[in-house]
Amino acid sequence: MTEDQTLKISKIKEGIVIDHIPAGKAIKVLSLLNVGEHSGHTVSLAMRVKSKKRGFKDVVKIENRNVAESELSVISLIAPEATVSYIENYNIKEKRMLSIPDQITGILKCPNQNCISNTKEPVQSSFRVLSREPLLARCEYCEREFRGNELLGKL
Amino acid sequence: MIKNRSIVTIDDVGDDDLNEIFTAAEEMDKLIKSGKKISILESRIMCTLFYEPSTRTRLSFESAMHRLGGGVITMADVKTSSVSKGETLADTIRMADAYSDVIVIRHPLEGAARLASRFTSKPVINAGDGSGQHPTQTIMDLYTIRKELGKIRGLKVTLLGDLKYGRTVHSLILALSKYDAKIKLISPPSLRIPEYLLHRIGDKSSVEVLDTLEGNIADTDVLYVTRIQKERFTDPNEYQSLIGSYSVNNNVLESMKRNSIIMHPLPRVDEIAPEVDQDARAAYFRQAANGVPVRMAIISKVLGGI
Ligand SMILES: [Zn+2]
Repeated sequence: MTEDQTLKISKIKEGIVIDHIPAGKAIKVLSLLNVGEHSGHTVSLAMRVKSKKRGFKDVVKIENRNVAESELSVISLIAPEATVSYIENYNIKEKRMLSIPDQITGILKCPNQNCISNTKEPVQSSFRVLSREPLLARCEYCEREFRGNELLGKL
Repeated sequence: MIKNRSIVTIDDVGDDDLNEIFTAAEEMDKLIKSGKKISILESRIMCTLFYEPSTRTRLSFESAMHRLGGGVITMADVKTSSVSKGETLADTIRMADAYSDVIVIRHPLEGAARLASRFTSKPVINAGDGSGQHPTQTIMDLYTIRKELGKIRGLKVTLLGDLKYGRTVHSLILALSKYDAKIKLISPPSLRIPEYLLHRIGDKSSVEVLDTLEGNIADTDVLYVTRIQKERFTDPNEYQSLIGSYSVNNNVLESMKRNSIIMHPLPRVDEIAPEVDQDARAAYFRQAANGVPVRMAIISKVLGGI
């Protein structure tokens, strides 16, 4: 982001900045994080910002919010090249590059209706990533394999 | 080694384990025929949890454990007991863990046996979950092929019938692919093998997906016929229109090799005509009889009995 564009979204005091989201996917990232009208977080969003790396990108800033590991792993499925910066007192305390993990636990539901992980049993869904590009993952319970659009379709 | 390990899918059983099970099953067969008292698993207890009826499989497991000198406890009618009170499978398994040394489970939902294995330190044996895996049936099928034809590797195996919902064929296909079998899959188009399974076999084995029996089984060593499971259909008309769309009779037999075999997991509906039963190639009753010695071998391996 150039200095000019940074100014388009105000700096935040505490919270997270998710950068390098593929253009048009910011809303999806927010819905994944359950950040919306009723969540009480202040959100700044920049869509189709010029990017040095690849054409255009989206940027999301969420005040007073942290992200869990499981949330990061799912964001990585939508935005595999995203970075997450943790802001404290206007400073970047930590910056992380996202990458699709070997295992995706929780959040995603198994697309197989007949899978035991979709019941009230005390387990989280769990998928082993078999391929990242294109995304292919196997449910640890029903052992079925799903492509990215099948897995993310229900989000 | 499968000692103290759960058998949820056929992948949980290595090639060496399989060979050990085959050898042990042969010994069990001899022991049964000798009529001697067997006390390999004396004072050990097996718990059977059948969340859907399958008398054949349950009796085979229970008979195997009794033959080994062990005891069996079972939840008489899962539908009227804890399940209807809303107990999770996880909690039921924790209870079974306290009462037994090995747990055998059959469940309508896919992945149930894997889930069960996460809530107990005792080995769990999957006796079928949803349209997923049924590994002991697969081991029994492999054992039958080996016993009947002397080997498994490189054979030409044709699977016929309901390849979409038929749980027994799914794990069998995966297992056969490891033996470099030349596999033909014949089914009505609506009952074809699921894409994800075909994907898993990948290029491990040669696989042909076909629509008709005719002209496709002349070189087949093993013709494995499956039943159409009525309970898998929501529309009874669909079931009626499919049943009998493939059937093995004397005409089909005629087109097969002399030293081939016909298998079926039983019970059959209309897939194999009774006239076929007289032919020496009809191996399905011998296959069923292999269930007890094979399960004896599996249970005693898992519990470290032999
Ligand atoms: Zn699943």
